[in-house]
Amino acid sequence: MKRVKKIIFAFVIACFVICAFAFLQRLVMPKYQTGIVEGSMIEEYYDEEVPHEVVFIGDCEVYENISTVRLYEKYGVSSYIRGSAQQLAWQSYYLLEDTLRYETPKVVVFNVLSLKYDTPQSEAYNRMTLDGMRWSKSKAKAVNASMTEGEHFVEYVFPLLRYHSRIFELTEDDFVHLFSKDKVTHSGYYMRVDSKPEGEFPEPMPLRDYTLGENAMSYLDRMTELCRENGIELVLMKAPTKYPHWYDEWDRQIVEYAADNGLQYLNFIDMRDEVGLDMSVDTYDAGLHLNLSGAEKMADFFGCWLTECFELTDFRQDERVSGIWKEKSDYYYEMKQKQTSELEQYGELVSFGANAVKD
Amino acid sequence: MLFTSYSFIAFLAVVILLYYVFPKKARWTLLLVASCAFYAFADYRYLFFIAVTALSAYFAALRLERLNNTQKEYIGKNKDILSSEEKKRYKEEIKKKKWRLLLLCLFLNLGILSVTKYTNFVIANINHFLSDASKLSPVDLIIPMGISFYTFQTLSYVIDVYRAKTSAQHNFFRLFLFVSFFPQLVQGPISRYGDLSETLYEGHSFSAHSFSMGLMRVLWGYFKKVVIADRIITGVTSLIGSPEQYKGVYVFIATMFYAFELYCDFTGGIDITIGIAEMMGIKVAENFNLPYFSKNIKEYWNRWHITMGTWFTDYIFYPISVCGPMLKLSKWSRQHLGQNIGKRVTVYLSSLAVWLATGIWHGAAWNFIVWGLMNYVVIMASQEMEPLYARFHKRFNVSGKPLYEVFQIIRTVLLMSFIRMFDCYRDVPLTFRMVGTVFTTFNFSAFTDGSLLKIGLTGADYIVLLAGFVIVLSVSLVKVKVGNVREYVYENSNVLFYVLAALLLIMTVVFGAYGVGYDSAQFIYNQF
Repeated sequence: MKRVKKIIFAFVIACFVICAFAFLQRLVMPKYQTGIVEGSMIEEYYDEEVPHEVVFIGDCEVYENISTVRLYEKYGVSSYIRGSAQQLAWQSYYLLEDTLRYETPKVVVFNVLSLKYDTPQSEAYNRMTLDGMRWSKSKAKAVNASMTEGEHFVEYVFPLLRYHSRIFELTEDDFVHLFSKDKVTHSGYYMRVDSKPEGEFPEPMPLRDYTLGENAMSYLDRMTELCRENGIELVLMKAPTKYPHWYDEWDRQIVEYAADNGLQYLNFIDMRDEVGLDMSVDTYDAGLHLNLSGAEKMADFFGCWLTECFELTDFRQDERVSGIWKEKSDYYYEMKQKQTSELEQYGELVSFGANAVKD
Repeated sequence: MLFTSYSFIAFLAVVILLYYVFPKKARWTLLLVASCAFYAFADYRYLFFIAVTALSAYFAALRLERLNNTQKEYIGKNKDILSSEEKKRYKEEIKKKKWRLLLLCLFLNLGILSVTKYTNFVIANINHFLSDASKLSPVDLIIPMGISFYTFQTLSYVIDVYRAKTSAQHNFFRLFLFVSFFPQLVQGPISRYGDLSETLYEGHSFSAHSFSMGLMRVLWGYFKKVVIADRIITGVTSLIGSPEQYKGVYVFIATMFYAFELYCDFTGGIDITIGIAEMMGIKVAENFNLPYFSKNIKEYWNRWHITMGTWFTDYIFYPISVCGPMLKLSKWSRQHLGQNIGKRVTVYLSSLAVWLATGIWHGAAWNFIVWGLMNYVVIMASQEMEPLYARFHKRFNVSGKPLYEVFQIIRTVLLMSFIRMFDCYRDVPLTFRMVGTVFTTFNFSAFTDGSLLKIGLTGADYIVLLAGFVIVLSVSLVKVKVGNVREYVYENSNVLFYVLAALLLIMTVVFGAYGVGYDSAQFIYNQF
């Protein structure tokens, strides 16, 4: 009897410790609800209720540059952007793997800028991309492929070990969003209505070697193979923004790669006029990323191109899906309205991730 | 593999689990494999050095034991035939052989220790006397982790066999485990073969009590190391690193911070060591006994790094005190300088040797040598002043009064802490200069102008450190009252024991200074 009592007591203590750690972990993990909202992007995908026939994968050059709501409204294309700040090629690959656990899109669009990075870059960006990913083999591999020096796998498994020092930095957000979070994107699209004309960029530095990294390219190979295996059309794109600089030598390698593998490649830097972009009004940070107006123009153009090239379903005819997209649209216009009002009131955006990290 | 690394914690979990899964008789072999793996993980080349030490000790001890036995047997067999003169001669002969063997073993092992640890120190000192053109370049040598600890531990074994205080271990692998037992390999304690061997080789049955006690001690060690020592180190490093900027009050603060850091770092490490062993039912020697509650320096050294202190006493102080030349010197001094001085000569010289060795053992730098000599001077001075103290105590009737005892404790802590600053500053003159500023620069505004928030410690850090200090002090006070705090709590309330263990774990995980953003510090005593 005494033994049973002891076992029960040990069990109770163990439960107490586990619950305490679980609670503390939730408390100290960054919520990414204000300021740097990019960290919330990856996990929002898992709440999606609609199927996606087009999935965009990449860094800020996708999640800030294409309006998914506009794609739906104008073409009935149900899409999602699985993007996050400085999302590296291998992270994109594993996010694609992860996506395929839930659905098989018809088209995957991969933005090629991240191919310039061949090695892990930054712990902070890793965290924003990987923390939100649900646990699977793909996440474990993504973590292993991404860790910088000083990072430990166990800290991804138990993020409390990474974020414990935030106990001294807790804000109202940490308590308000302890158990629930607000959506910060529109099917992966990060909205900004403010505008700041494109400025002068520094002259591109000559590189010692213009060959895109072997490691990064191997993940492009794997992405190509994965899409082929699953009957998905892979499209490569380069966003229309000119900075960070996209070298002609890099572009030639992608053109060649696309040709060798029978892929479509769209370099929007060369197609700004076709898209109708006016970089004096269509960017919010002097040309690094597009604002809502630019992202909608991109959606207009890209949607037209996608529907012409591929047999995509017009989900506006689907009652269930259109119902959900209606809610998305409402939230989209509501945010647009709020941002516009804030802009009028303060002359600049002060919330909605206005201080977000950019890659 | 630092004790504070995730890999060590995983390694430990596996070793402890396997320890209780292995057949009892084979459990020591698991510990040996684990110890080798632990050491090789740091650098596989270290294994060579420790193996040489273990091998030399193994063969030397076997031979010494054989000589002991030969002497015993020969004299036993021939006790009726041999005259006392012949017996004496025979014993002398054997003693000489043993002595030569012991010296060989000592030279080999102290030689390895000296060459690996002190070559560059010697070169740097020689270079002082050479022109720039002829200066010697420092050599790139491997310094095996924990070499000072395992060398001393091994030599104590050989000397004990030499003295026939313990029998030799006939199984090399068992001896190798004694030399390399992983929890104490890095920073001690320096165990004696007679104390550790039996408990180490015995396959212990799982005991929930022993396991819980060990676990609690490990948690307490991690709390002190990770929450306190690794947090305060930032402040200490900043204050010490810019001597021109931080003088006067800052030096005093650095002194107190370093005293607290070193205490939590070293006792924390030893708690982890002893706790790990206890989780497997193995008893390892205690190394601390509330040193900061000492009322004088001598007492302090009986409570701080106890196993090192007793090692120096047993293997340096006593042998030097009773060696032939010393006895002769003592006799000569008594005859020519008087009884009073004569009887002190032996103690003074033997103590000097001990403190010189203690200083050198701590590091290859003049700072450590001067630190050792400072301890020597203070201990000898207080010994000489004892009659004065006694008169003072009698006259003012303060002996045993709580307030006076507190004064004595504070005095000892301050004195020890200031002497210890030789660990910190770049060189000896700078240390003297900086400690001097405490008495010449009265920049008390440091406490109020916010500059203490610019040394790498935030307000939150100070709160954690203050809370940590209160917890450590409270536990120490309880220990003074009840002895073994863990046992006391366990016996009085099982529930409270496990709740405290859970809270300790949670506090360490949440308030620990580790992970990204913190450069988790190596245990200070690892470098010895």
